[in-house]
Amino acid sequence: MKVLKIFVILILVTSFSDLESDEKNDVLKNKILKNIRCLICQGQSVYDSESEFASSIKLIVDRKINDGLKEKQIYKFLREKYGDWVIFDPQLNKNTYVLWLLPLLLFLFGGAIIFKKLNNQK
Amino acid sequence: MKNNFSLFVVVIFFSFCFVIFYKGLNAPNNYTPNVNGKKNIPTFNAKDFYSNNYINSDKIFEDNIFYIINIWASWCVPCRTEHPLLMQLSKNESIKLIGLNYRDNFNNAKKFIDDFGNPYSRILIDNNGTLGVEFGAYGVPETFLIDKNKNIIKKFVGPINQEIINEIKLIIK
Repeated sequence: MKVLKIFVILILVTSFSDLESDEKNDVLKNKILKNIRCLICQGQSVYDSESEFASSIKLIVDRKINDGLKEKQIYKFLREKYGDWVIFDPQLNKNTYVLWLLPLLLFLFGGAIIFKKLNNQK
Repeated sequence: MKNNFSLFVVVIFFSFCFVIFYKGLNAPNNYTPNVNGKKNIPTFNAKDFYSNNYINSDKIFEDNIFYIINIWASWCVPCRTEHPLLMQLSKNESIKLIGLNYRDNFNNAKKFIDDFGNPYSRILIDNNGTLGVEFGAYGVPETFLIDKNKNIIKKFVGPINQEIINEIKLIIK
């Protein structure tokens, strides 16, 4: 009887951990799919799109997650196939330096002007 | 002097913004695939159209010649227009054509080949479109030219025409 109880507990514990890992994978999958641009119905993410291209990408992402690939590795795979355009959140590289650094430069420039004005008023 | 410097900074700033926005607004806002980038062919296992057996990509591209991967489907109207050109290209002995049957029904695809001829040395099945993604395709028809070093050297989006056939013939010469 005792052995049976332990056996049941073990089965429950392992099945719950399986459920937990499935849930984690689903969260990761949805996060990735929301960050991939559908190339057919542009403006929509693959997550929102029902196009054939989107359904193929959903299968690929699912397969890659099950193969144990990390989020960044999946983005790298897709970027190699379709270029930077396919990812909504652009990475810092030579094509996106201006995009990432311009707001920072403008912020510093504006800050310097305000600082100078305040100093002059004193 | 100070006013002149401020004016200079403002002019530079607005010119910079103008150039950025002008370039940005002129850039196409839809997906434009890179058609000339050199890429390695992906490694994959695919189902053969006739035998239904799985074949590895190493076995598919084992000969030391040029290959064409053509993504097609029986329901794809532009595929019908490019088919006679593929038939013409298949007569060239220095190139082998591999067909990738994309999201198709077997009977319809077989009828298509029976009616219009088979330019392919092998046809692979891509029922869910994932094999197309491995090649970086996003629709049908798409054609990829693979060199002797097993690199994808050209990608043609949409139906191929006589001009493209001439270009391919020039490359494989």
